[in-house]
Parts: sequence; structure tokens; C-alpha cells
Amino acid sequence: MAHHGEHHYNLDQRFDFTASIKKSIMTVLVIGAVLLGIGVVMAMTGGHHEEGAEAGTHAFHWYERLYASLWVNNVFFTGISIVGVFFFAIQFAAQAGWSAPILRVMLSLGSWLPIAGVLMLATFFVANHDLFHWTHSYLFDKNDPQYDKIIDGKGAFFYWPMEKGTFPVFYIARMVIFFSFWVFFFTKFKQISAQEDQLGGSSHWFKMRSWSAFFLVFFAVSSSVSAWDWVMSIDTHWFSTLFGWYVFASWFVSGLSAITLIVLFLKGKGYLEMVNENHVHDLGKFVFGFSIFWTYLWFSQFLLIYYANIPEETVYFVERLESDIYGPFVFVNLGLNFFLPFLVLMTRDAKRHGVFLKLVCTILLVGHWIDFTLMVQPGTLGHNGGIGLLEVGMFLVYGSAVAFVVLGALAKRNLIAKNHPMLEESYNHHI
Amino acid sequence: MERDTHFILGVYDDEDVLLHAVEKVRGSGVKIHEVYSPYPVHGLEHVLGYKRSKLPIAAFLFGMLGTSLALTMQFYMMKFDWPMIIGGKDHAAFPDFVPVSFEMTVLLAAFGMVGVFLITSNLKPWAQPRIFDLRSTDDKHIMAIDIANNSSLDLDKITEILNESGATEVNKKSFE
Repeated sequence: MAHHGEHHYNLDQRFDFTASIKKSIMTVLVIGAVLLGIGVVMAMTGGHHEEGAEAGTHAFHWYERLYASLWVNNVFFTGISIVGVFFFAIQFAAQAGWSAPILRVMLSLGSWLPIAGVLMLATFFVANHDLFHWTHSYLFDKNDPQYDKIIDGKGAFFYWPMEKGTFPVFYIARMVIFFSFWVFFFTKFKQISAQEDQLGGSSHWFKMRSWSAFFLVFFAVSSSVSAWDWVMSIDTHWFSTLFGWYVFASWFVSGLSAITLIVLFLKGKGYLEMVNENHVHDLGKFVFGFSIFWTYLWFSQFLLIYYANIPEETVYFVERLESDIYGPFVFVNLGLNFFLPFLVLMTRDAKRHGVFLKLVCTILLVGHWIDFTLMVQPGTLGHNGGIGLLEVGMFLVYGSAVAFVVLGALAKRNLIAKNHPMLEESYNHHI
Repeated sequence: MERDTHFILGVYDDEDVLLHAVEKVRGSGVKIHEVYSPYPVHGLEHVLGYKRSKLPIAAFLFGMLGTSLALTMQFYMMKFDWPMIIGGKDHAAFPDFVPVSFEMTVLLAAFGMVGVFLITSNLKPWAQPRIFDLRSTDDKHIMAIDIANNSSLDLDKITEILNESGATEVNKKSFE
């Protein structure tokens, strides 16, 4: 703009995590817990026929559904959390100025990471055989009738340096290393940001840029490998070379939606008054663009497998598309995560006005949660899966817990990195 | 009063002066025909009060046309004109059509957008551009005011307004 006026914003503002906001979150949590409870009781008392008698399959237990639900939410909310840190790092690596006032919102998502790591490890040890086929030791025993040559060939990826079928050292080590490094970088970013608030100057910005670069290199590898470990290894025989990016895309859209929703929520409460429709427009463009990126990866994965028609590859889609339970959700998935954001967010006005963005971002969070449900359930629950009260309840419980932790972290410090060297640039951001 | 010129031109040599001048001139009730500048001046279309371009709508419609043409073409060819079994699939296997439909959408949206832009901007090859002042391709911003559109104000008044707004010179220009 031609008229660079003087800006007088309150840079020391703090988010007040009021009792009424806490109460609304707790209400959602309680509703979720009640739904979850009813869902668990319903799962325990039947509804399912004993179909475990089929050759080679084990009997289905109600708690497997609980484990699968835990796992879906672990992976989904870990993704949102780490994407907050990732998007923060991107701003520094790209030397972006527009986003300076909302940096703390991105970073606050990372405060769920330590809890997510503990939950992930705990769920793995509790659910073990019930979620991951490859944890069965008989698969690696050449004398066992259920010996599996293909999984045996992949065994080292889980068990190295131990003997296959014992304790998955390599797998657990990766999980621990990824979470520790993610938390380490998150803490580092938080520290540098806090120092910047105290001391000012541009040296912290340069420091942050270097650390961001290191983090991005680490995240490039760890995001892909964690997608193989936590999601793709459920369908142990099957593999897809772009699966890591597909999971990342789903994470990224969810994370961007969460960031956008928190920014709009804070603006609605009267904070972040320097964030105007130009900044919101940029967030909207990210959500719009990466929804298309997700679709591109989803379709690339589907089309090649469909076209080549190789049985060991098509099984993944046969399990989903030809199932009465999952079939409809495949199309719901595409509708919510592609057609809806594509058509609604196409115009400039829709990206600049909070109403549309709030609606689309909320739906996208649900949509990508369905996407992860579709990745995890068929391989773990088979025809006993579905989205019922148990799943919805678990989603609400996790979602409100994450909201509680993230907003709590946001309330602890200044909402704005007040000495960020590019704040002035972001005030004058105009597109 | 005899009107022997058609346009009055205000010449400006600074973009900040120009942006404020546009506001002042418009504020005095003078309708500006167009402002010519050697490079894009950020915020100029805003102070001139221009509405946003409708080009995205054209792009969307041409994109839709591309999608429909591509789908029609592929269904006609694969289902009716020359049915072929590829990879054991149906003759009309929808997923196979998606990449071609995507490309045709992009192609027609791009072509349509460029075409509509050229037409609406009067950029046809045989167009005779009206050059108000050659220096608008060098180092001067030229504000053109059509006298016919400002019949309520006399020439001296408009000249005065332009001079007051910071124009370095005020010229007259007519076309045949």
C-alpha cells in the first residue's frame, strides 16, 4: 500500500484462557467420554457375530476396536501437532514476513507432542498383536505353518538388531528418536522465541532460521518413515512408495486447518488485531492448495494401482472399496477433503472471510480424521470396523484434550513475538 | 466555450505524488479517464476505484468447458467410436479419464483466460494504441482526463486542480 501509517498495536497481549472457554472444552470432553462409554458398552455386548471361525483368522474382541480408535487419534493428532512446528520452521526457512503475528499460534500446537509420544508408545505396547500383524513371532518361524516369507523379508525393518519376532527394537527406537527430536526442536524454538522477547534484535531470527533448516531436514525423513511405521506397517504385505507424502499431506491439511481455526478464534475474541483479511487470505490459500495436493497424492496412489492391476497392490483398495463398511467412506473422504474445499474456497472472497474458512476447516479436520480411520481400520478390524459412537466419542475426547493443552500453552506466554524483525512487514501485508 | 481538445494530461514524476494526486483529483469531482505509468504502481487501481477483474470467472467457465470437452471426447472415443479393452477394464473406465480431463481443464482455462484478457484489454494485433505521452514508457506518469466526461467543469478549473495536485506540467491532447 502507498500509505504506510504508524501502527500502534498492543504487542504484550496475552490470551486469557477464561473459565468459560475451559468449560466449553470440558463439555465437549464429557460428551465425548459419554459417547465413548456407550460405544464401548455396545461393542462389548455384541452386535457382532462370532465370525472368527474363518480359517486362519483369530476371534474378534471388542477392545480391538478401542485400540484401533486410539491409534487413529494418536496418529492424527500427532500429525496436527508436528505440522504446527513444521509450518513454524517453514516461515523462518522461507524468510516469510506475513506470518510474524501468528507464529506463536503455530508453535503452540507442538505442546501436544510430549503427550502424543507417551500415548503412542503406550498404545503400541498395549495393543501390539491386536493392531500390528507383524508383531506375531510365528510369522518368522520357518517351521511354523503360518510362516510368512514376505513379512520375514521385511522383518529386519522392525526387529534389527534383535532376532526377528522378538522385541521390535528398531521400530521402537525410531518412534522414540522421532518424538525426542521433534520435542527437542519444539523446545529449542520456544526457547529462542522467548529470548527474542527479552532481548530483541535480529540475531535470534538468524539462529531460528538455522535451527529451522536442521529441523526441516530431519522432518523430511522422519515424517515419511513415521508414516510407514505407524500406518503402512498395519497392512504389512502391502506397500506404496508415496505413502509417506500421502500421510504428510493429510497431516499438513489438518494442521493448517487447526492453525486457521485458532487464528480465527483468537481474532473473534479480539486478539491479534493486526491480523487482517490479507493474512487470513494467505492461510486460506494454504488450506485450498494443500487440499488439492492431498487429492493429487491420493489419486496418484489410486490410479497407478488401479491401472496396473497387480493383485498384491490392488488388495489395499479392494479391502476398502468393495466393503459395505468402508466403501461409502472412500467417497465421503474424497467429497469432504477435495470437492468441498475446492469448490467452496475457490473464490477470493471465500478465502478472505472467516465464515467460509471456519466451516471448511472444521469439515477438513473431520474429513482427514476419516481419512486416517480409513487407513487404519481395514487392516486391523476388517469387517468389524466402522465409525460409531466409540470412534466419534474418542475423537471428541482427544480433540478437546488437544485443544486444552494447546490453548493452555498459548495462554502461558505473549501471544505475539513482539521483537520479531518482520512484524512491521506483516502489518503492511497486502494482497 | 469552444472545446478544441479532447484530453487534458497531468504529468507526474513521482509515484507517491501521483497516488495522492489521484485521490485529490477524484475528490474534486473530476473523472479520470486512465493513468499511464512506466511500471506497475502498487495501490494505483485501488485509489482509482477500479473494481476487481472478472477474469477468474472466465477462467472457471473455460476450465469447466475443458473438463466437459475432455470427458465427452474420451467417453465417445472409448465407449462408442473405437471401444478398446485396456488392462481388463470397462470401455469407459472413469479413473483413466481423470488425467486427460485435468490437462484439458488447465489448457482451456489458460487459453480462455489469455484470450479474454487480450480481447477485453483491446490488445489485438491490428489495434491502434492511443499514445497520450511517449514519456509514460520512460519516467513519467500520465493522468488522462477526458473532457467530454467532465462537462460540468471548465478547462481552467481542471488545469488548476491538476497543478495543485502536484503535476509537473499540464498538457492537452486530441486524437482524430
